Amino acid sequence: MTDDTRFGLNKTVQLPGPLPLDSGAELTPVDIAYETYGELNADASNAILICHALTMDQFVASTHPVTGKGGWWTDMVGSGRPIDTDRYFVICANVIGSCLGSSGPATINPATGRPWAMDFPVLTIADMVRAQAMLLDHLGIKQLHTIIGGSMGGMVAVSWTAIYPDRAKSAIIIASTARHSAQNIAFHEVGRQAIMADPRWRGGNYYAEEDPPASGLAVARMAAHITYLSEEGLTEKFGRRLQDRDAKTFGFDADFQVESYLRHQGISFVDRFDANSYLYITRAMDYFDLAEAHDGVLANAFKGSKTRFCLVSFDTDWLYPTSESRTMVHALNAAGAEASFVELSSPFGHDSFLLENAEMARIIDGFLKAGDGS
Amino acid sequence: MTMLRPDLQIIADNIVPGSRVLDIGCGDGALMAALRDQKDCDARGLEIEPVNVASAVAKGLSVVQGDADTDLSAYPDGSFDYAVLSQTLQTTHRPDQILDELLRIGKQAFVSFPNFAHWRVRMSLLFGGRMPVTRLLPQTWYDTPNIHHVTIDDFRALVRDEKLQQEGQWFLSGDKQTSRAAANLLAEHAVFLLRG
Repeated sequence: MTDDTRFGLNKTVQLPGPLPLDSGAELTPVDIAYETYGELNADASNAILICHALTMDQFVASTHPVTGKGGWWTDMVGSGRPIDTDRYFVICANVIGSCLGSSGPATINPATGRPWAMDFPVLTIADMVRAQAMLLDHLGIKQLHTIIGGSMGGMVAVSWTAIYPDRAKSAIIIASTARHSAQNIAFHEVGRQAIMADPRWRGGNYYAEEDPPASGLAVARMAAHITYLSEEGLTEKFGRRLQDRDAKTFGFDADFQVESYLRHQGISFVDRFDANSYLYITRAMDYFDLAEAHDGVLANAFKGSKTRFCLVSFDTDWLYPTSESRTMVHALNAAGAEASFVELSSPFGHDSFLLENAEMARIIDGFLKAGDGS
Repeated sequence: MTMLRPDLQIIADNIVPGSRVLDIGCGDGALMAALRDQKDCDARGLEIEPVNVASAVAKGLSVVQGDADTDLSAYPDGSFDYAVLSQTLQTTHRPDQILDELLRIGKQAFVSFPNFAHWRVRMSLLFGGRMPVTRLLPQTWYDTPNIHHVTIDDFRALVRDEKLQQEGQWFLSGDKQTSRAAANLLAEHAVFLLRG
């Protein structure tokens, strides 16, 4: 099934499951939508699993089917790029709970023949990891060369190393955290309340009417989007400049460029994302606390780990600031794990990890090559 | 194979093959790479400058960006055979506490530093009347990271006061090793091997 080396291909697989979930529920069957690039070598030792962020998807280096835009990490993934598809077999799977083909609230509940909506079980980051492990079993990959993820993808990647200590030889965790802070949870709750306050949400049962809670989801996206940027970046990009006008209107139209930009971000988001998926995935992130399952001691999550770690943070990221990465690094050091860490400078806040960054490329390239042939 | 800085070469020559080494202030990882490639060591690094960290990681080394003053406490007791602190002691806020940390984390510690009692430094201050700027101490007083200048005799006194064992000492003048005799006057640079 991995002979076809064309980019993307919009693959899906239905695994029988059952997938036991942290909530005590089980998911069956388990649909997983994924993309692969490059070719798996004979001993299946060149596989890299990329874990995507909250509202990202499996289209890491191929055209998005809804927006028609290029992949979200084409600077990093492709022929001759640091994650070189000439050398590695690259996999990116849509997380369960999402809405780009993997099992989630918008997919059909086999018990009712209708979309799950809010009957879909509440998930955790660990549940997403276990679903991805089932996909790797299906693809015949016992051990990953590297698991890599930014933001929520970093939470998935670091969880992988704790849940399956032997299945990833190395891990790259970018702009991420080992637990969601009160502030992280607070911002997510604003987004969820915006969705649920939209009368068109209807307790999550909006699929039949094809009339989703677009306003609520757009507001959720607007609030979240602010957390992905930095004050420095916003000031540089927009300042207090007015939008297509010379003077304030003394009204509530988008007078300022930053308002117009945020509205655009909100409106374009609803075309590609499901509001219920947004509720489920933000919940999974809020429940995330890697230390919790290890007697509250983060270092215990890495005890005896043979995985080589590389962590990267950005100096203007206030969503998952450097201090969160440093907490993970201290725990890795305390556990005696092999770890590298660097804080890079970039004016673009949390979103820096998605943008072209020569230093990040140099680090990932060197770190990956150091793991070749070992 | 590029040449190691002379103090690093002394350290590399005197580390037992196959050891676990923590290099604090590892720069771009030159010593770590040599230990990995020539002595089969498991070397880890701590470095404050992001550009240096990136260079070291790009070489496949495990280096963490951090500050010796704040980031050593996470390392468990006795987790390394050697802790190395080369040309960094004089930049720390509390060199005495750093020394304690080195010998808590490492079974042994290498410490190298520029000697502030070298005759050239003494002459510079005596006749110039200004803070010495030399080959090994190239910065002016206001922008130097070297906030705790130290002489070989000062360091020996600290070692004595802290009741540490001194297991080796090497002295450099220019890039060449020089004798122990009158080292405090004639050596530009010193390397000590200590045990707690």
